[in-house]
Amino acid sequence: MSTRIDRRFEALAAAGRAGFVTFVTAGDPDPDTSLRLLKALPEAGADVIELGMPFTDPMADGPAIQAGGLRALAAGMTLAKTLDLVRAFRAEDDATPIVLMGYFNPIFAYGPERFLDDAAAAGVDGLIIVDLPAEEDAELCLPARTRGLNFIRLATPTTDDQRLPAVLTNSSGFLYYVSITGITGAAAPMADTVAAAVDRIRRHTRLPIAVGFGIREPERAAEIGRAADAVVVGSALVELVGAHQANGATAVVDAVRAKTAALAEAVRGARG
Amino acid sequence: MTTLNSLRNGPDEHGHFGTFGGRYVAETLMPNILELERAYADARRDPAFKAELALWLRDYVGRPSPLYLAERLTDALGGAKIYFKRDELNHTGAHKINNCIGQIMLAQRMGKRRIIAETGAGQHGVATATVAARFGLDCIVYMGERDIERQQPNVFRMKLLGAEVRPVGSGSKTLKDAMNEALRDWVTNVEDTFYLIGSVAGPHPYPAMVRDFQAIIGEEVREQLAEREGRLPDVLVAAIGGGSNAMGLFHAFLDDPEVELLGVEAAGDGLETGRHAAALTAGSPGVLHGSKSYLLQDDDGQVIEPHSISAGLDYPGVGPEHSWLKDIGRLQMAAVTDQEALDAFERCSRLEGIIPALEPSHALAQVIKLAPGLPRDSIVVMNLCGRGDKDIFTVAKARGVEL
Repeated sequence: MSTRIDRRFEALAAAGRAGFVTFVTAGDPDPDTSLRLLKALPEAGADVIELGMPFTDPMADGPAIQAGGLRALAAGMTLAKTLDLVRAFRAEDDATPIVLMGYFNPIFAYGPERFLDDAAAAGVDGLIIVDLPAEEDAELCLPARTRGLNFIRLATPTTDDQRLPAVLTNSSGFLYYVSITGITGAAAPMADTVAAAVDRIRRHTRLPIAVGFGIREPERAAEIGRAADAVVVGSALVELVGAHQANGATAVVDAVRAKTAALAEAVRGARG
Repeated sequence: MTTLNSLRNGPDEHGHFGTFGGRYVAETLMPNILELERAYADARRDPAFKAELALWLRDYVGRPSPLYLAERLTDALGGAKIYFKRDELNHTGAHKINNCIGQIMLAQRMGKRRIIAETGAGQHGVATATVAARFGLDCIVYMGERDIERQQPNVFRMKLLGAEVRPVGSGSKTLKDAMNEALRDWVTNVEDTFYLIGSVAGPHPYPAMVRDFQAIIGEEVREQLAEREGRLPDVLVAAIGGGSNAMGLFHAFLDDPEVELLGVEAAGDGLETGRHAAALTAGSPGVLHGSKSYLLQDDDGQVIEPHSISAGLDYPGVGPEHSWLKDIGRLQMAAVTDQEALDAFERCSRLEGIIPALEPSHALAQVIKLAPGLPRDSIVVMNLCGRGDKDIFTVAKARGVEL
């Protein structure tokens, strides 16, 4: 079954360019601004949108994304409202894939089966659940697959050749390679190290490989885009939301749109 | 002895106690967690490891800890005979070191040079800093800013022992946030770092491993009470935050249905106020810090900030094995308020000449409620798992006394 994610990566491959994946937190800094931001991202060049589901205890996230989640929660964001946001976005954009990213507990509280049904109906295409490794596939990964949702897994520098098959089993859509051992927004990865890692992973899978964590600037995004199928930027965008929040929704949207456009242009030109 | 039908055989190979437990961690940590699981399985089968651990426990920790008949308290309450398991007499003043000594031996065996830990009351931080000093390893302790404020003596103690105490300012600035930050450190420094978790919480194999290292408490009680009274206790009572002192006391008795197991949680300002830390009593199953267990959370699955006067109980979750034991009816639960714990703290100090930590003061408050209603020939054993020196500032503040 082909998903929006599959179709988007097929199109990118056909065009011979890397994709640009943006991460923003749902409801950050508030639900209305968040919807405006979402709509602005594809216009500015985002090929895939990762939408963070806010959680009080994001154990793999750095200060920027922690702060974004807390802003959203303070603005009354819930998992149900995150799905509302996707539904509202989907009403106008039926092509850009949306991947929900976050932690398992809010989904567990919502009820995994009901969540999957509601997420699929809202127009969600894939899930990245940071604290559900392959060992816990029965919780969400397997039921997600039966509903045609991609379950996207993280691989990291610690994921060696012995571990990779476990990570790849049941994963679909794309593989998210975390380019550093660390939390989101931390140190920048070395482009040649990343290229070597991507080559190694390609020996194990035909899934597209997106690379993220620590990528903030167009130059680095372009370097990564030469090796990977897609480049993910999150913390650098979420920081802009925090920095411009006090100046109002338009300022937030403009700042994120400008940064997204600069990064997207760099990624699109990476192999040119 | 464990048998096929024993309650002591958990967890299964994936770290599950019934539906609880598991390994809910970022992929970055999985290779490490699997490595730790293998190393621990190997160590626990190694007679040399066991023999070395026994020596450390005897000569460095000071085990066995006494089983003490609290005679004046027993007389004052006029019911059951009350024994204290004196784990506050261990080196560093709490039960925490039983586990730390075991894990630091494992860290050394695995060639890890950098030790990280989280701490609430500071007892686990002090115990970790202590063993890291003794084994010559680097030590970084994450501690919530709020806990640093209320546990100054332990912060200074950790620094004296050569540890770096890193303040955690996120979230509620207490134990859960310290654990988030320690996990973030571990994700970042996977190669050389050993995460020394202080409670029966976290991803598999921690709940089982910490339990195994703490189980000596109950094993000793079993032997000591057989010698003193020639029989098993009727009720075992212990405070439960994450649950390591309780699991340590209970585990040797899980297969003795005639022994009642009573866990005491922190009701804070009162369960009805919502300001408490009673995950098993008033929470619901959820996933936090690597395992599925009872958790204080709202309808959206967001973790609720707990409250207790006791920093060591101020945690929104609890160990997965406790959750399982509660659900199958083996573990009974109670909750006592800050005020009840403070009253018990004072009563114990005056009647027995023992200043207990605020954590076991919760257990004691429940003993005070329970004992008068029990026959005089019944036996209650309470884990006096920590001494109260660290808490004198908190207690003074609660009583409006300036030190």
